[in-house]
Amino acid sequence: MTSETLVEISDLNFSYDARPILKGINMTMKRGQLIAIMGGSGSGKTTLLRLIGGEVMPTSGYAKVSGQIVHELDRDALFEIRRKMGMLFQFGALFTDLSVFDNVAFQMREHTDLPESMIRDLVLMKLHAVGLRGAHHLMPAELSGGMARRVALARSIALDPMLMMYDEPFTGLDPISLSVIGSLIRRMTDTLGMTSVIVTHDVQESLKIVDYVYFIADGVIAAHGTPAEVRNSVAPFVHQFVHGEVDGPVPFHYPAQSYHRDLNLEKALV
Amino acid sequence: MFKHLAASIRGVGHRTIEGIWQLGHATRFFLLVLLKSGTSFRRFGLVIRELYYVGVLSLIIIVVSGLFVGMVLGLQGYETLQKYGSESAVGTLVALSLVRELGPVVAALLFASRAGSAITAEIGLMKATEQLAAMGMMAVDPVARVVAPRFWAGVISMPFLAAIFSVMGVLGGYLVAVVFIGVDAGSFWSQMQSNVDFRIDILNGFIKSCFFGVAVTAIAVFEGYDSPPTAEGVSGATTRTVVTSSLVILGLDFILTAFMFRGI
Ligand SMILES: Nc1ncnc2c1ncn2[C@@H]1O[C@H](COP(=O)(O)OP(=O)(O)OP(=O)(O)O)[C@@H](O)[C@H]1O
Ligand SMILES: [Mg+2]
Repeated sequence: MTSETLVEISDLNFSYDARPILKGINMTMKRGQLIAIMGGSGSGKTTLLRLIGGEVMPTSGYAKVSGQIVHELDRDALFEIRRKMGMLFQFGALFTDLSVFDNVAFQMREHTDLPESMIRDLVLMKLHAVGLRGAHHLMPAELSGGMARRVALARSIALDPMLMMYDEPFTGLDPISLSVIGSLIRRMTDTLGMTSVIVTHDVQESLKIVDYVYFIADGVIAAHGTPAEVRNSVAPFVHQFVHGEVDGPVPFHYPAQSYHRDLNLEKALV
Repeated sequence: MFKHLAASIRGVGHRTIEGIWQLGHATRFFLLVLLKSGTSFRRFGLVIRELYYVGVLSLIIIVVSGLFVGMVLGLQGYETLQKYGSESAVGTLVALSLVRELGPVVAALLFASRAGSAITAEIGLMKATEQLAAMGMMAVDPVARVVAPRFWAGVISMPFLAAIFSVMGVLGGYLVAVVFIGVDAGSFWSQMQSNVDFRIDILNGFIKSCFFGVAVTAIAVFEGYDSPPTAEGVSGATTRTVVTSSLVILGLDFILTAFMFRGI
């Protein structure tokens, strides 16, 4: 395991229209590291992954991947660097017109000249790792939600990228698949020396496997640390998150006007 | 009152500007598709796969409609021509109407509602479910990999479908005029042969159908790619594909006809 930095995020700002989503994010991710990003729903975690992948442009600051500032790359260079990235989309995003097998084989066929027999072996290996080798002939519409996400996972690791981004890999999985997938992610990170970023709400499962945790709230990094530091943290924010308490500094509600006013109760109250 | 008027004029201006923006946007997208068509020809299998969905699956509707349109033409043509004692010209009438006009135009209208709408819905849905974004993240250009093959499949299918429509129409006309009504088969075919010119009629009809093919599929892929990534967005885009391409087909037909048959 080297300790070379793969991803560097510096003072990154991003807004949709006029609404700021991320405000001055700084992170470093090293090779061989498994990093978790946690935060409330709508706090901008998916957006952060999109910024790293160059899908959206920051308003200021930058995200660097292996020394290159992502949003300054031209199209060819961006595609070149994306070949070394894998992204598991939050909703799977399987190609609905291709079978499970063809979905996983997609990148191998697009980017390599491997013979079909070797592609077959590789695809079955990837599917085996997520427990779905037997489902290779099914179409995405025939899969359950959790199965589709596992296929999407197999597809995103098809070419053994050096940076893997998982957007909520654990949602919709039963406890058994959950721990299998968790240790798969850990194992791949270690054996391939890749950098893995998981966005997740599953605090307990991810604390077991990750090296470092960032908490995002209100567009800034509210807390960060190793799992041991996080578990023992007395910071109210972290405590609330790790123990899933409703009351605390993390708001459950999307910003809104007063509840009373929305329900027209203002008058009745006075 | 005055305010109202000003507001409605502003509204018109706004829509006009928006329309022109959209047109520029569409043109740029069209050029982008052409620019990125290399993959489609290097890996022609991609186009062939789409040819099946776009072309082959449109065959039934084209064949059946062609047959019926030809039968109606035979019937109407016979009714009118027999008044002048020239019912043997019914073959010419059927063939010319089909090859010059109805073949390309009706086939294109059917193609727009059968294949055009399907292309828009498919691309729109792929966008809404992030499949296109996922492809982009895998360093595969969705315009080259998804849009261009569908575009070329549409462009290639259209002339064939129009030709098949015309052939079926002529058969339908033959069925009604010769088999049912009893016009002499020999004069039906020989009149047709001597009055239908390859360059003026068949070639021009073919050129028309090529234009329609480009127009319909270009509209279909643009609407799909441009659709808002929601259920309403995709359904709206599908409707727009059918409406816009129908209007464009009819308008284009007038322009092309004016050039082809007045200019000679
Ligand atoms: N295309 C968009 N246009 C405008 N606003 C958007 C868009 N996509 C996301 N947002 C907003 O950006 C904010 C962050 O979204 P994001 O998807 O990054 O959240 P998230 O942290 O991934 O949430 P979740 O855990 O629910 O997936 C949200 O408040 C959302 O309303
Ligand atoms: Mg998200």
